Amino acid sequence: MNPVLNPLTLVTFFPLLGVLALFFIQSDRKNTLRWTALITSLITFGISMWLLAEFNAKDPELQMVINLPWIQVAGWNISFYMGVDGLSILLVLLTTFLTPISILSTWTAIEERVKDFMLFFLLLEVGMLGVFLAQDLFLFYVFWEFTLVPMYFLIGIWGGPNRMYAAVKFFLYTMAGSLLMLLAILWLGIYQDTFAVPELIAKGGIPANIQIWLFLAFAAAFAIKVPMWPLHSWLPDAHVEAPTAGSVILAGVLLKMGTYGFVRFNIPLFPAAAVKLAPWMALLAVIGIIYGAAVSYAQKDIKKLVAYSSVSHLGFVMLGLFALNPQGIQGGILQMINHGLSTGALFLLVGMIYEQTHTRDFDVYGGLWKLTPVFGTLSLIVVLSSMGLPGLNGFVGEFTILLGAFGSDAIGSPWYAGLAAIGVILAAVYMLYMFQKMFLGPEGSVVEEVKKHGHGIKDLNLREIVTLVPILILIFWIGLYPKPFFALMAPTVDKLVAAVQAAAVAMH
Amino acid sequence: MLLSEVVTSGPDFFYLAPWLVFFPVIGLLINIIFGGRFSEKVIGTVASTASGLTFVVAVLLALSLRAHHEGVTILLAEWIAIGELQLDWAFRVDTLSVTMMMVVGGVGTLIHIYAIGYMHEDVRFKNDPGRFRRFFVFLNLFIAAMMILVSGDNYLMLFVGWEGVGLCSFLLIGFWYEMDTLARASTDNAMAAKKAFITNRVGDFGFLIAGMIMFWAFKSVQFDTVFEAAHHIAELQPGIIIAITLFMLLGVAGKSAQIPLFVWLPDAMAGPTPVSALIHAATMVTAGVYLVARSAPLYMLVPQAQGIVAIVGGATALFAATIAVGQYDIKKVLAYSTISQLGFMVAAVGMGAFVAGMFHLVTHAFFKALLFLSAGSVILGVERGHHHGHHDHDDHGHGDHHDDEKSEVFDPGDMRNMGGMRKSMPVTFWLYIIGSLALAGIFPFAGFWSKDEILAEATALNFTVYILLAIAAFFTAFYMGRQIWMVFYGKPKHEAAEHAEESPPIITVPLMVLAALSILGGALNLPGVGTFTHWLEMTYEKFDLHLHHGEFNLTVAITSTVLALLAIGISWLIYGRKSVTFDQADPLKRILGPIFVGMENKWWIDELYWAVILNPYIAIAKFTADVIDWRFWHDWFHDKVIAGTFNWFSKTFLDSWIDQRGIDGFANGLAAGTKELAQRLSGIQTGFVRNYALSVFVGVVVILGYLILQ
Repeated sequence: MNPVLNPLTLVTFFPLLGVLALFFIQSDRKNTLRWTALITSLITFGISMWLLAEFNAKDPELQMVINLPWIQVAGWNISFYMGVDGLSILLVLLTTFLTPISILSTWTAIEERVKDFMLFFLLLEVGMLGVFLAQDLFLFYVFWEFTLVPMYFLIGIWGGPNRMYAAVKFFLYTMAGSLLMLLAILWLGIYQDTFAVPELIAKGGIPANIQIWLFLAFAAAFAIKVPMWPLHSWLPDAHVEAPTAGSVILAGVLLKMGTYGFVRFNIPLFPAAAVKLAPWMALLAVIGIIYGAAVSYAQKDIKKLVAYSSVSHLGFVMLGLFALNPQGIQGGILQMINHGLSTGALFLLVGMIYEQTHTRDFDVYGGLWKLTPVFGTLSLIVVLSSMGLPGLNGFVGEFTILLGAFGSDAIGSPWYAGLAAIGVILAAVYMLYMFQKMFLGPEGSVVEEVKKHGHGIKDLNLREIVTLVPILILIFWIGLYPKPFFALMAPTVDKLVAAVQAAAVAMH
Repeated sequence: MLLSEVVTSGPDFFYLAPWLVFFPVIGLLINIIFGGRFSEKVIGTVASTASGLTFVVAVLLALSLRAHHEGVTILLAEWIAIGELQLDWAFRVDTLSVTMMMVVGGVGTLIHIYAIGYMHEDVRFKNDPGRFRRFFVFLNLFIAAMMILVSGDNYLMLFVGWEGVGLCSFLLIGFWYEMDTLARASTDNAMAAKKAFITNRVGDFGFLIAGMIMFWAFKSVQFDTVFEAAHHIAELQPGIIIAITLFMLLGVAGKSAQIPLFVWLPDAMAGPTPVSALIHAATMVTAGVYLVARSAPLYMLVPQAQGIVAIVGGATALFAATIAVGQYDIKKVLAYSTISQLGFMVAAVGMGAFVAGMFHLVTHAFFKALLFLSAGSVILGVERGHHHGHHDHDDHGHGDHHDDEKSEVFDPGDMRNMGGMRKSMPVTFWLYIIGSLALAGIFPFAGFWSKDEILAEATALNFTVYILLAIAAFFTAFYMGRQIWMVFYGKPKHEAAEHAEESPPIITVPLMVLAALSILGGALNLPGVGTFTHWLEMTYEKFDLHLHHGEFNLTVAITSTVLALLAIGISWLIYGRKSVTFDQADPLKRILGPIFVGMENKWWIDELYWAVILNPYIAIAKFTADVIDWRFWHDWFHDKVIAGTFNWFSKTFLDSWIDQRGIDGFANGLAAGTKELAQRLSGIQTGFVRNYALSVFVGVVVILGYLILQ
């Protein structure tokens, strides 16, 4: 396939055109800058739709593959290798979907240095798309590390009062994990003579005890990114300090790079280790689910509550992936999308009210539903989606995950899923706590406070509604008719499960 | 247009089943989109029509069943399909589900109509059209969710409705979310709503676990597939069926307010009265009974589980009835009565008396809806009287002053403010009497027949449960007697009761329909005729269930009638001659002493839950968040230990050979050096960011290049 007209390279690098355009626009023409970035990201989304149209959902293999020799030094075979399959297509779409939404959310929130902001944002999109499409470990690593840079600046420049601390912590924490992964990548590249993931999988033959070490090295990078308990300490800092759009992308896409890493690399490259370690991964996931839910409930800061809820939700994703059966893995992948939508939307909503009130302290809120009926209703739907109400997206993911984990041979005991199901109760506890504190009860003190400075709290404007509606449509769509979403990933997941099962049989 | 289709398509209307859900959804969408321009009447009419159409569909489905006894399944769409997991949006139409549909559609529609009048009159309403519209949107949403619940063809679709009605319950309990039940600014109603949802989630946890066990045992959660294989599985692993049925019982206890999860229902009375009638008496709370009745082929296989279900129901029936005796709020009495009556139904379906349980479900829907709505009419009447009293005393009272007066605590629902209201509200009085007699099980009202059928079955199936239920029935008659004397007889104890005014026809006419049903409802299943028994057997015979057929038992009937009359007599002796006021203690307190204090305080179950579950959870959550996660893990381990060590390391070794502006800066930032870095960044913030980004990127590339080429 022609590398330029390939939808994969086009979708990945198209935002660079926007970056180029931004360079030629004067810094004080803020609206032109915003529109340029928005249109760029919308076209990128359009290209991803073309990608989707080209995608053959029945084919479990990599598609639209582009494989060019890249760095061939000292006997190393590094290639520019991209491809898309059922594991990554939904995440690519999630990225191109959430980017314009995030840009739209900055319209009035970002007034300082708009040009730089948009520039970093589009660069970030390139990095994320590259991560989901790269099929060469080295290329993947370059994209993986590259995403750190724009995110570092998004937090460090446009963040809250403690932004530098958060940005540095984010950078170092992630980088520390990545170094171990880099070692494992180099080991694979040297001893297996290739960095290309499909070839590595085909070659196989790594002894089980070495697989475990390599698995753990990769897991170090991914578990920090997810973040799995107890490696979540960077997340609340990063979320609290990041600007709204940064939080949306961080929660919506960047965390998924971790869970994606597990399903793309850890499981197929080291199937024997994955089977062996599945109960341990499930244990950490379940602890994360319960722990994240309990800690969420005790927060006084709205953003922190949402941040910790991610620890709980991504625990579900991990539990599903390491069930290593079709229900678990498909549920896990769908739940990545669901979490991106609902938690992304939650951060958008928090940002919208923060723009007016400049506080995230629960205690000053209350009774907002009466003042802002549209905002209240949309928030309610998102809250319900996040706590897994049947009929909305979260339930489909959570249920299939729990079901998969409950009967998983790899995990080996229904107790994990049984305990994880308690997380479903606890999710209702902290989510309804949040909704009640903000929207129900008598008017909170913040209402008077805002009135002193002007018109009082206003309901969502048209731009804000337009920002949220696409997410809400997907929340209902996936909840009521998830079939097309599952259909995209089913063949690839089935293939993966078959490979893992073969490895499990070989172990015994 | 639809009707003409129906008429031309012959006797088979099954394809209409999805419209049970579509009609109310269309109704609520119309009110959401166009409701802003509608008047109250139009909003109410749209919602009531949507609900009424579901009743029409339910009736048409019932007619169609006459030709197709075994029922049908209507497939709408595939929902989730992964491997062996195959879930559909499919509608089950058989006599059991159609019974529920008719109750939901019929009683639901009457309550919609009643609510048009009620919500307008509610003192809290204050002519806010948005609120009026919101109420009917929620009410339609409830009908849709309830229809999904009763018509689902698999356990998971049932669960969608199950949690959906829970959501509607949450929204409607907290409908006046900015106040408490006396319209003072408060979070009370919101808390009651949250309590209901979370308690139900605990039950739903049980439901989910049951579903997962079921799937891995049967590889399906579709009713027919599961029921057909149940026999086989029960022979191989009876433990599986016991686990499924008992986890399901936890769900039942949540939704149908049984021990130990009943605590949310009394608080749910914070919702507007039509909601109490529709959701928290007639329909939603009976979902648990329906679930057990639907799962009859499973329960019949495990007598141990059946015994537990029956005892839970019987114990709840008695326990809640004792609490009802000690309440002063007119709706709280009815709430505990509902819990108690649900106990009767759960006990019945638990014993295997599915027909008796469902029969009581239907008649209870009539007379308890009637009682709640009449209670609402009483409260409105008292409020009108209160309002009237104010104008007498305060002719100049306008605006603010009026509000001040209102904030002094007057509770229009407290029976100690009432008395003698049979004169001021004669229509409501008679309606209330009919409802009470039906509930107390007096011949020939509907409740007599259905309750008696349960008691008669209990004598044969489970005598312990019979004793529990018989005592509960005695209490039932007693607390209803107490209520009647306190509300309608004696002298008015507050001027508001004295000046109470009768409600308008939009409120009383739906009540008359319910009253007629409460009188005649017993005809559904008269002894010897058994129309309802034959009707439900059409569903059960498919699974070859040998249901126990209770005969009419004259001894049981006479015993319970005597008990009920005795209880009413005693209640007259205690309450009929003196009125109970705020100043003096309840006369029963003098007789029962501490036992009555227990009844009055609901046996301190709420306090127990706070002490044993809620407070510990809150304490653990706070400790985990503040101490473990933040102070230990975040502040100490990460910032002091890791970052501190790194900082020391970088100062000692790396400083000499790594670029000062690069990694060193990051390391300092982690420790106390944030300030320094911030200063450095403020330098960058003048426009060098792009260069800085580039330099970091180049740095990364250079390091990588070095590693590769090394």
